[in-house]
Amino acid sequence: MKDPELLALLGGVVAVLVLSSVVTAVLCRRGGETPTLINLRQRVRAWWWMMLVFGGSLALGRTGIFGFYTLLSFLALREFLTLSTTPRGDHRTLAWVFFFILPIHYLLAWAPWYGMFLIWIPVYSFVFIPIRSALAGDTENFIERTSRIQWGVLTCVYFLSYVPMILSLKIPGYEGENAKLLFFVVLVTQISDVMQYVFGKCFGKHKLVPSVSPSKTREGLLYGGLAAVGIGTALWWATPFTPLATAGMSAMLVLGGFLGGLVMSAVKRSLGAKDWGQGIPGHGGVLDRLDSLLFGAPLFFHVTGFYFGTNMTVAYPRPEWIDELLHLWMQH
Amino acid sequence: MKGAALAFLVRLATGVRLAEHLPSAEGGRVYFANHSSHLDFVVIWAALPAPLRERARPVAAAEYWESGPLRRWLASKVFNAVLIPRDRARMKEENPIDRMLKALEDGADLIMFPEGTRSATDEIAPFKAGLLHLATKRPGVELRPVFLENLNRMLPKGEGIPVPLMGRAEFGEVLEGPGEGEDKAAFLRRARAAVTFLSRGNLTELSDEGS
Repeated sequence: MKDPELLALLGGVVAVLVLSSVVTAVLCRRGGETPTLINLRQRVRAWWWMMLVFGGSLALGRTGIFGFYTLLSFLALREFLTLSTTPRGDHRTLAWVFFFILPIHYLLAWAPWYGMFLIWIPVYSFVFIPIRSALAGDTENFIERTSRIQWGVLTCVYFLSYVPMILSLKIPGYEGENAKLLFFVVLVTQISDVMQYVFGKCFGKHKLVPSVSPSKTREGLLYGGLAAVGIGTALWWATPFTPLATAGMSAMLVLGGFLGGLVMSAVKRSLGAKDWGQGIPGHGGVLDRLDSLLFGAPLFFHVTGFYFGTNMTVAYPRPEWIDELLHLWMQH
Repeated sequence: MKGAALAFLVRLATGVRLAEHLPSAEGGRVYFANHSSHLDFVVIWAALPAPLRERARPVAAAEYWESGPLRRWLASKVFNAVLIPRDRARMKEENPIDRMLKALEDGADLIMFPEGTRSATDEIAPFKAGLLHLATKRPGVELRPVFLENLNRMLPKGEGIPVPLMGRAEFGEVLEGPGEGEDKAAFLRRARAAVTFLSRGNLTELSDEGS
């Protein structure tokens, strides 16, 4: 992780955070302590912490990053399932989800055994979850309960794990530099969130879907989104893309982030809450911060793979020891 | 020190937040809460700020906590529980109310679950009379309702593996002691209502800001 370009990205973010802290302090001094400003100050402070933890995980390298996202998935799923009321009949299912399905998935992603990473959750786990709940014998709201658990696992574990999976993307001429691409994805998505929030607060007039998310406005999406695409494109040197392709990918991250956030907001409201939790002061829960990555990351991963024509299944086949076990089995 | 570290770990594992602004009570206090999980009193204990935590002693069934060396050690050394018998014959020898009063006299705060046993459903069972006896025999004691949310989902009765969901311990306003002419059942209903009032839906929502 001694890539000078990665350090430049990190330095840039730190500079922006310093600037935001200064601006917030000045605004608070002049404008007094309005709720919006207090919330802004809390948010900036939380950004410092998040940046520190995220940067720290990058410094720990591949295993550190996967460990970090395992923890994030755990916390996100915890928030998701805390809000989705599950009855007694789902207790054992939930224990399996938290202590078996989730860690195995991240182990497969870390290994990586690409084919199994792809289907461990959508096939094996999704077959297992309803079976375990049915065995517990409670039929009330069965389909709703099962879908909630599956949705939680799909978004909080499967989709989120695509972020660290970017490290394993095989891109010709970009070997060993994937940490920058991961940084790029997280940066553009989060900056897009911040820009939409800032532009929405300043110029927001027309609410897009007030019943789902009262803070999302047409102006915020348009100006904030354009600003984020601009910033993303300006970072093309850190990506394997041409400037034009970088702009396209940034636009996809912005849209994916916006729509992912919107959908997760709808889920949250259907579960009767305003925030996913209170873990991050000013922001809400961990999932309130991650929601915009959930749809963008898998899309980004697969579109990038498609763009460079990477055959991941061939690049990361099943581990040899499994081949050997199967071989032994056949001989008997 | 050991207690503070354990309390921190419990809060981390259960998602329960520290009740920072809870004032202390001069004449002793009884925390009374709904009971649905083995985690319940540990969670209340961990949610209390350090000075209050050191004074808090859970009231627990002697028969259960005296069986086995681990339980005995936890009850006596870690949580300093006030063990009361459930067995009728034994109750005559060791009066549960006297034991609780003695603990209050010694300057402790009590954590108790007036339902008497863990409820297997989401419902809060009717309260038993112990709380009333404490309040009448020691009128100066503060009665503080606590609502525990989600702990029944984390470790329900009869399950061995806890699921890491997020729980909540909501401390309410002080409950007035039994009034002039208020009958036993009415007071216990009022106490139970003070706990159910704290469940989600009755509390004011946060303002809608951002995200």
